[in-house]
Amino acid sequence: MSDVIVIGGGPAGLAGAIACASSGLNVTIVDEFIKPGGRLLGQLHQEPSGEWWNGIKESERLHQEARKLSVDIRCGVSVYNLEKENHLWNVYTNSGTLTAPFVLVATGAAEYPIPLPGWTLPGVMSIGAAQVMTNVHRVQVGKKGIIIGANILAFAILNELQLAGITVDRIVLPERNQISQKAGEPEEVMKSLLNAAHLAPSPLLRFGSRFMRRDWIRKIGLNFYPKNGVKVNGTPLQLRKAAIEIIGKDHVEGVRIADIDANGTIIAGSETIYEADFVCIAGGLYPLAELTAVAGCPFQYIPELGGHVPHHSETMETPLEGLFVAGNITGIESGKIAMAQGTTAGLSIAKHVGKGAGTIDEQLQQAVKNVRTVRQHAAIQFNPEINSGRSKMNQLWDDLYANNNREDSPKKIV
Amino acid sequence: MTRIIDHPILGKLADREIITFQFDGNTYEAYENETIAAALLANGIRKLRVHEGSGTPRGIYCNIGHCMECRVTVNDQANVRACLTVVNKNMIVESGKQHPNIFKRMVEQR
Repeated sequence: MSDVIVIGGGPAGLAGAIACASSGLNVTIVDEFIKPGGRLLGQLHQEPSGEWWNGIKESERLHQEARKLSVDIRCGVSVYNLEKENHLWNVYTNSGTLTAPFVLVATGAAEYPIPLPGWTLPGVMSIGAAQVMTNVHRVQVGKKGIIIGANILAFAILNELQLAGITVDRIVLPERNQISQKAGEPEEVMKSLLNAAHLAPSPLLRFGSRFMRRDWIRKIGLNFYPKNGVKVNGTPLQLRKAAIEIIGKDHVEGVRIADIDANGTIIAGSETIYEADFVCIAGGLYPLAELTAVAGCPFQYIPELGGHVPHHSETMETPLEGLFVAGNITGIESGKIAMAQGTTAGLSIAKHVGKGAGTIDEQLQQAVKNVRTVRQHAAIQFNPEINSGRSKMNQLWDDLYANNNREDSPKKIV
Repeated sequence: MTRIIDHPILGKLADREIITFQFDGNTYEAYENETIAAALLANGIRKLRVHEGSGTPRGIYCNIGHCMECRVTVNDQANVRACLTVVNKNMIVESGKQHPNIFKRMVEQR
C-alpha cells in the first residue's frame, strides 16, 4: 500500500509527489492521459525575458525527478470515485481500487463550453483541444480556423497554432446571451484584455491599456473599434463581430458571423459566412473538482478563482482528514503556481505523517511563501483579481477551521 | 491533416515506428504511442461517431477525456475515448453508431 495516492500527473501532482517522496513516503500517481505532464505538456510561450517556456521539457524534467524517487506513475488510469473507509481513502479506478491514508487531488481544470448552433460538428473543438493536438500530438487541427471567444488562453494558443503553421483567420466573440455572458460583451472582453495588454503584440491594446482604464474612454474606444479588428500576430481580433452559427454538413465548413454594437447587440442584416475547416471555442477555465465533491468536501463559489472550489487552507489541506488539493482545482492560475502549490501540498502531507522532524514546519512555511512569490512574479494572470480570490478562501478557512481547539468552532470533518 | 514534422521551437518530430490499424473496415497508418484521435485526424478523419439518437456527426471536442464526445468501439469494447487511448498494431476501431429509437418510430407512425 502507498502512503499517498496522487490523482493527476500534471505540474501540481508531479511536484506534490516529488515533495512527498523526498520526505520518504511511498507515492503512487494515477493519470488518465497517455503520459505524465497534464496540461503543462501543451504549454509553449515566450517569457518576458525572451526565454521559451516549453511545457514538454518541464514535464519531462518533473517526470524524471519523480521516477528517480521511485514514484509509481500509472498513466491511462481513470478515477471515478473517492471515499473514506476505516480512516483510509479508497480511490476507485478503471484498473482496480487503490487505498492509502493520504490522497492529493490535483485534477486541474476543464474548459467552459460556449454552445452555439452547429457546435457539435466535427472540427469544432475547445481551444485547449487544439493546443494538445498541435503541441503534444503534432497533428494540425486544420488549415484555416476561427476562434470564438477572446481571452488570455485563446491568445496564448493562437500563437502556438501560428508557430505550427496553422492559419487562424480571425478571433470573434460569441453571440451575447445568457450562456456566453461576459464573453459576449465587447466592453467586458476589452476590460479583461487590457489587464494582459503588456503581453499583447498589438500597439492598440498596449496603447489602450494606459488610456482605457477609465470607463468612458473605453466606451469611446469600442465605438470607434475598427470594423475589421486589430491584428494580433497577424490575426484580426474582431471585438465588434459575433459568431451566430457554425455551418457544415459532416464537418465544419464555415461560421456565420454578424456585426455587433459596443454592447454586443447584433446589427440586423450584417451577417456573412466566413470559410473555415476548424473552429476553436475559448470559454475560459474552471477548476475540475468533481472528485473532491464526491468525497464530501465542502465548496465555495469564488468567481476570481474560476468557479466552485473545495475549501482548502494555504497549506493545501481540505476539511477532510487526509485529503489534500493542489493546482488548478484550487483556482485557475499558471502551471508554475500549480508546481509551487504541489510542493506545498507534498510537504504538508509529510508533516501530517510526522516526517521531516525539526525542519518540516520551516520547509512548509517557505513553500507557502514561494507560492505567493511565484504569483507576484507571474507575467500572466488568468484573473486579475486572483489575490482577492485567494484571500477570500484563506479568510473562509480561518473562520471555519483554523481554531479547532476552540469549543464553539466547527470541528474538522473526519 | 498534416503532421507537424518540423516545429520552430519544439524541433523535429522524433522518428517513430509506423503501425497499421483499422477504422470502420479501412486500414490506416499511425505512429506507435499516439492516440486513436490523433492518428485518425492525421489521416484526415474528423468524424468519430454519430449521435446515438439523432445520427448527427461528432468528433473530438476537448481532446483530454472530459467531454466524452469521441467515444468509439475498440476491439469490441464500446464507449472508449479515442482521445485517451493509444492506438495499437492491428487494432479494430469502429465509429459510434445510431441506435434504433423505437419510441420515436412509434410516434412517427401514429
